[in-house]
Amino acid sequence: MSEVLRLAAVRKSFGSRDVLRGIDLRVDEGEVVALIGASGSGKSTLLRVVNLLERVDDGQVFLRGQDISDPRVDADAVRARIGVVFQHFNLFPHLSVLDNVTLAARHVHRRRRETAEASALELLARIGLSDHARSYPDRLSGGQQQRVAIVRAIATDPDLLLLDEVTSALDPELVGEVLDLVRELAAAGTTIVMATHEMAFARDVADRVVFLDRGVVAEEGTPAEVFGTPREQRTREFLARVGGLGPPPSAERA
Amino acid sequence: MSGALPTPEPSGLELERRRFRRRQTGRSVLVAAASTLVFAVVVWITLVNTPGWARVQSTFFDPAVAVEAWPRVFEGLLLNLAVLVFAAAGVLVVSIVLAILRTLRGPVFFPLRALAAAYTDLFRGLPLIIVLYVVGFGIPGLGFTDTRPPAAVLGTVALILTYSAYVSEVFRAGIEAVHPSQRLAARSLGLSHGQTMRLVVLPQAVRKVTPALMNDLVAMQKDVGLISVLGAVDAVRAAQIETAAAFNFTPYVLAGLLFVLIALPLIRLTDWYTARVRRREQMGALV
Ligand SMILES: Nc1ncnc2c1ncn2[C@@H]1O[C@H](COP(=O)(O)OP(=O)(O)OP(=O)(O)O)[C@@H](O)[C@H]1O
Ligand SMILES: [Mg+2]
Repeated sequence: MSEVLRLAAVRKSFGSRDVLRGIDLRVDEGEVVALIGASGSGKSTLLRVVNLLERVDDGQVFLRGQDISDPRVDADAVRARIGVVFQHFNLFPHLSVLDNVTLAARHVHRRRRETAEASALELLARIGLSDHARSYPDRLSGGQQQRVAIVRAIATDPDLLLLDEVTSALDPELVGEVLDLVRELAAAGTTIVMATHEMAFARDVADRVVFLDRGVVAEEGTPAEVFGTPREQRTREFLARVGGLGPPPSAERA
Repeated sequence: MSGALPTPEPSGLELERRRFRRRQTGRSVLVAAASTLVFAVVVWITLVNTPGWARVQSTFFDPAVAVEAWPRVFEGLLLNLAVLVFAAAGVLVVSIVLAILRTLRGPVFFPLRALAAAYTDLFRGLPLIIVLYVVGFGIPGLGFTDTRPPAAVLGTVALILTYSAYVSEVFRAGIEAVHPSQRLAARSLGLSHGQTMRLVVLPQAVRKVTPALMNDLVAMQKDVGLISVLGAVDAVRAAQIETAAAFNFTPYVLAGLLFVLIALPLIRLTDWYTARVRRREQMGALV
């Protein structure tokens, strides 16, 4: 397995608030890593650090072996290799669905319009939204919008896909369709790091679960390990609080 | 896109409601029209019966003088229009640059930010007429060029200087009204700062402020008449010349009417667009 992402002793603080206090993390090709942790534990900050939307205070971040925390790297070029989907406000309201999906391909990767649109339409067809290619985002449901945002993030074949609680702003009945798309991408071999509050989904889809607590990786392992037999007391407390320490997945999916 | 279902026939109840609404609308229109007419007639009669009306009529509303003055005033008006077009284009460019300078973040850009801020403060405070005099007589005084640039060109420059200060504030408000996560989303796609501005932020900002911009355009089209103080023979200056020749103020009234005529389509367009934006934002609201 080749390494896609590695964080080494990453630190980040906002003023006197130490949010990340020495994070070590490695993500391999095709792996799906779920970041879990209480609100304010630094999940979003970690993702923003990887995407260079925040600058680290210390430590290093490597993308395919390249130190991207080095100030000499071209941040725009790095971001172009990473797909990101946030909680909400992802789509550009003044652009049609198709233009949203092709924006980076055309203006960052300099692909020709026809090429970009052809592959975008293919992706939209895969998520059943070809009919909406010319619609504007405000005509779409929240779930459809998030699926378009995900498709937009992978339209340029990034090395890595970052998902930051992509379902937490959605009505419960729309969550399923978005998670299904993530599940499909995971099955297709996309390398994904996702912050999530959906414990059942993390257990289902992730290859590895990383529990963040007070700025450090408190525990990590397979879903079975972290959810089934957590080693740390604080992991057990967190899971008990969010109700993630339920019966095994097979019984739950009835 | 979705297969259209056949619309069912409205029920008797709905038909009755529609009839009632139509009747009521008709009545409201009648009342409004009648009261407007009465008001206009009262104003007209009062005006005509004032003691000085006859004299005012002959010095301000003399058709013969208007016909006489028409060719010159009209020619002047074409100059106004040309100045308006160039000034509007100039204002658009300068004000967007100013607005972008003012929204740059980070300490590196402090000097540019401060300069842009100082500029807008200065020119929003200065009366246009003073800017006109300073530019109109100051710039030629510097002696850049051998001959004095035409007054209309100097006037255009003064208009651009003044109006850019106002309009840049409008653009800045629009830029700042675009949600910050739109920038984040754009940057995380790999778009550069400039591309983010051009492809994501500005298009949304411009949509938000279009009504305000059109309002400023109407204001500017009016102020174009002030370039006459520099000696450019625009509609106002032409009217002045004709007035002096005929000892009659009708040419001014004529020029004024023409200005209103130019402004009307702009004003109507602004109202229409503003209403459309409002309708979009308040879809479903009846009140
Ligand atoms: N730009 C910022 N300026 C100051 N403080 C910040 C900033 N961004 C995040 N923080 C703080 O850093 C801490 C971690 O925030 P972060 O958003 O990473 O948490 P999170 O784990 O994603 O939480 P949630 O589950 O609620 O999304 C919080 O206490 C937050 O207030
Ligand atoms: Mg978060």
